[in-house]
Amino acid sequence: MKLENIQDKVNSTFFKEHQKKLYQSLEDKHTTIEELDDGDPLTSKMVLNMGPQHPATHGVLRLVLQLDGETIEKTKVDIGYLHRGVEKIAENKTYQEFMPYTDRMDYLSPYSNNVALCTAVEKIASVEVPERAHYIRMIGCELARISSHLLWLGTMVMDAGAISFFIWTFKEREKIYDVMDQIAGHRFTVSHARIGGVANDLTDEATGSIREFIEKFPKELKDYHKLLDRNRIFIERNEAVGVLKTEDAIGIGATGPVLRASGYKMDVRKLNPYARYDQVEFDIPTRMEGDNLARYFVRMEEMSESIRIIKQCLDKLPKGPIRTDNAKQAYPSKDEVYYSMEGMIHDFMMTDTGICPPEGAEVYHAVESPKGELGYYIQSDGTGHPWRLKINAPSFTNLQVLENMLDGEMVADTVVIIGGVDPVLGEADK
Amino acid sequence: MSLELSEPLQKTVDSLSENFSDKFIEVYQSSGDTFIRVESDALLEICKHLKEELHYVYLSDIFGIDRYTSEERFEVVYNLLSLRTTARFFLKVRCEEENPELESVTKIWPAASWNEREVYDMFGVKFRNHPDMRRIFLPEDFQYYPLRKEFPLLGIPGSIELPNTTPDRE
Repeated sequence: MKLENIQDKVNSTFFKEHQKKLYQSLEDKHTTIEELDDGDPLTSKMVLNMGPQHPATHGVLRLVLQLDGETIEKTKVDIGYLHRGVEKIAENKTYQEFMPYTDRMDYLSPYSNNVALCTAVEKIASVEVPERAHYIRMIGCELARISSHLLWLGTMVMDAGAISFFIWTFKEREKIYDVMDQIAGHRFTVSHARIGGVANDLTDEATGSIREFIEKFPKELKDYHKLLDRNRIFIERNEAVGVLKTEDAIGIGATGPVLRASGYKMDVRKLNPYARYDQVEFDIPTRMEGDNLARYFVRMEEMSESIRIIKQCLDKLPKGPIRTDNAKQAYPSKDEVYYSMEGMIHDFMMTDTGICPPEGAEVYHAVESPKGELGYYIQSDGTGHPWRLKINAPSFTNLQVLENMLDGEMVADTVVIIGGVDPVLGEADK
Repeated sequence: MSLELSEPLQKTVDSLSENFSDKFIEVYQSSGDTFIRVESDALLEICKHLKEELHYVYLSDIFGIDRYTSEERFEVVYNLLSLRTTARFFLKVRCEEENPELESVTKIWPAASWNEREVYDMFGVKFRNHPDMRRIFLPEDFQYYPLRKEFPLLGIPGSIELPNTTPDRE
């Protein structure tokens, strides 16, 4: 089909240049291989715009699909509808001030993002983090991972046609929000980590509710497994759908559960352990099939590994300070701020200037967020603001995989495959 | 400054300086990470060498840096990971302020495609032989490169068409 006149047909009224180039690039994709069919006598070809406002696209993701009947011939993904320019904002903020913005990047697991920023800043400014803070961060990160995977599970199963499941996973997420409330004082955008430690210690109440959660959650997880593992409708919707081979996955740069479901065992927690992940025992779930069902199993198993990690963290949780006791590197505790002059001055200085890494220093530090490798590159110019801060976002990387994975699939499977890749547009669009 | 390179990284540095002695500019470390800077005209050969001989098969990220007021203003950094040795290093190239252009590495690592588009979108560095050289976040109608240092934080009023808030009226 010749799509030259698609511009006239769609008659776009907005961002005309953008639409024109997008349709042109769709037309150009794979043109080196094909250009066999001239006519389309049955008129079975069409261009389908999916999104950006579409409930199954998990945010403001826009897909432009060229269909031949029910088969997707080629796809272009258009992102950027949620672009806020956080990297530019970061250059105009102190490191600590930037943290609330990271909450809103991958808004399904804010805790991991906070930790990713903090670990990078701590590495560049050589800040020592107390042992207890490391364990609290690990607990937070793993709770965030469970929360993120629960949302993925609910929406992905809903994409496959089961609505009630969504409500059940949200019941569990609600409990995690309550736990987060007790840990950090916020339910959703927690901002709990601080450069040099965490904001506040775990209270007995919080520890109790974490214990209660990890006690009860494995039973729920077992129920999910019971409902889905051998569910014929679910398997037929997911098996051999969106297959990604190992070498393709590595070449296109897939990360996180998508890469692991394609048979490559890569996890930053093992590759380059940060916090105290080298002190706890856990496995990295891996599957060989590379289809959507494999991604389901990988994420389900990751949740029980997270429970295992939290359990070990709670047992090992050492006593001691939760933030480094160096007023040039971290905020002093509130006790100091309210009752001593120096504490007050330091608090003011931390807010006003913040931590200043050495001039010209560069650092890259990655953590394993629920979506994959989340890395922060920071270049310092010696002031309290970064000269350049780059976020290596796993959702962005995985969306590129999606663009290549959808070619040749059925249009009805699109939403299931998007669900399987689990992108968060807040992170991908920066 | 003395370097403390791990064994696989030492091998990488040796191999690069041996095979591309006149294109190899410097190697340095900062906060435990290793950065290697090379001449931009040999980028493609060096990347090929890195992938095929030294097994850097996984490209994690590409990003630009604006070295505002310095010579050779734009710097593009390739974040490479060897899955065999788990060594990670950063390959840097620089390009001029006027018409910054580099060779695309999408043929070597397909993962580079979107990352190169992002660098183009944010800094205006073009990549030759890229299969789909468009902006990625911002619409094509936008004419500025927002991560350049001279672009104001508040944006440029009127630089982008905003939706009509009263769609019913002409």
